[in-house]
Amino acid sequence: MRHLLTTAGLRRETVTALLDTAEALKQALLGRQVRKLPTLRGRTVVTLFYESSTRTRASFEIAGKWMSADVVNVPAGGSSVAKGESLRDTALTLTAMGADCVVIRHPASGAAHRLAGWVPTHVVNAGDGTHQHPTQALLDAATLRERLGTLNGRTVTIVGDVLHSRVARSNIELLITLGARVHLVAPPTLLPWGVQNWGSGPHREEWEEHSRPVTVGHDLDAALPGTDAVMMLRVQAERMHGGFFPSTREYSVSYGLTEARLGLLPEHAVVLHPGPMRRGMEIAHSVADSPRAVITDQVRNGVHVRMAVLYHLLAAQEEQA
Amino acid sequence: MSSPAGTGAVGGTEPPRQRELLAAGEVARIVARMAHQVIEHTAPEPVMLVGIPTRGVPLALRLADRICEFGGTRPDVGILDVTLYRDDLRRRPTRPLRTTELPARGLDDALVVLVDDVLYSGRTVAAALDALREYGRPRAVQLAVLIDRGHRELPIRADYVGKNLPTSRDEEVGVLLVETDGTDAVVIRRSRR
Repeated sequence: MRHLLTTAGLRRETVTALLDTAEALKQALLGRQVRKLPTLRGRTVVTLFYESSTRTRASFEIAGKWMSADVVNVPAGGSSVAKGESLRDTALTLTAMGADCVVIRHPASGAAHRLAGWVPTHVVNAGDGTHQHPTQALLDAATLRERLGTLNGRTVTIVGDVLHSRVARSNIELLITLGARVHLVAPPTLLPWGVQNWGSGPHREEWEEHSRPVTVGHDLDAALPGTDAVMMLRVQAERMHGGFFPSTREYSVSYGLTEARLGLLPEHAVVLHPGPMRRGMEIAHSVADSPRAVITDQVRNGVHVRMAVLYHLLAAQEEQA
Repeated sequence: MSSPAGTGAVGGTEPPRQRELLAAGEVARIVARMAHQVIEHTAPEPVMLVGIPTRGVPLALRLADRICEFGGTRPDVGILDVTLYRDDLRRRPTRPLRTTELPARGLDDALVVLVDDVLYSGRTVAAALDALREYGRPRAVQLAVLIDRGHRELPIRADYVGKNLPTSRDEEVGVLLVETDGTDAVVIRRSRR
């Protein structure tokens, strides 16, 4: 693997290898006082973030440091970017300084792909516009695998702002690759056109024409009893310019995960949220803190998954492109 | 039980690609002898056997069984994956990670015997010594290997050797165990390179 830009087109073997590595890393660090592995000593990872982020940036930084890589954080505000430098020049500058891997977050969809064509380093997409956020999908899959055993044959319901969500896009592709069904619940205005036909990954031939892996609905109460996991999405106010729903209160009543709705889920089902949460909006306070919510597990697994990604990219013989 | 892939000649004229050096009975006898040697050198102090995946782990478990049989007490057995500590990661495609599972009482002041199937360059053992240090400070570390095939690249030697097997660098030594390969044997193959 040279870059991690998208979950679309990732083969099941690759995903499973990454998740297995993450699990092994988690276990290797378990109960140790010194959480430091020498594996990436002498390698430099640069995080280049053009959008605000707490967990993703910190998670990549911790992942790199626990494997002894040197991690340099470049926030776009307060750097040369503010002086008008282009993405390409910034990236080439960082590469010239010896970066081995650039972790990029950018508001423009496709930014990571463009970057991968410009620089000789490894590129990890940490979120590009409304397109992809592959490590989030991987950590969700790691968490689900931990809780449900396998994703094969499971149903995952994704609720909310699918239209603006790179988390949803990455998850849909990855979950289908791992054999799960995905049910999307959202107001019609927040569903992208043609979403039923998503999931055209490398394993498409396994799905029959009449049983597409992605289904769509607008009734959350009806969807919950048949789901193994429910993934709540944040309503992305910063990407919304226009009336996508009448009011936040109405959204919350129709699509928020309340205590009562939690009771509709099967006993084994878990609740995920990629964060940051808007408590009281898409998820109720008590639900976010209930034992069914695996939100802190997601964050914890995020570090191990990102360690696994860095391990697969940086700790092997360079593939000839 | 299926035989290991590639046994014997495929074509009519080609020499056999794989030759059996030790059969199942001999492997068992060698493990028993190693168990006696460990007891002789360490008793009455209890030892902790730490197997290096893949085949060091079943060997460590067998050794523990024999030590229990001959010496009366069963040593603790742990698993130590050294992949993350290797110095040759960037010379190969991505190596999958294995589990690490060490006895709960920890390594501090224990007499650790590392167990592996084949001792060759010594780099795996060097990585294992680095890895062990992260988990504690053993009183002493010893090394037990089923096969020593020579060609050391580091100043490392084994305390217990099942069998010395002089080889050339273009040969591969394969240790097959029931637990991982369905059969017990030691074979030698011409390298494909």
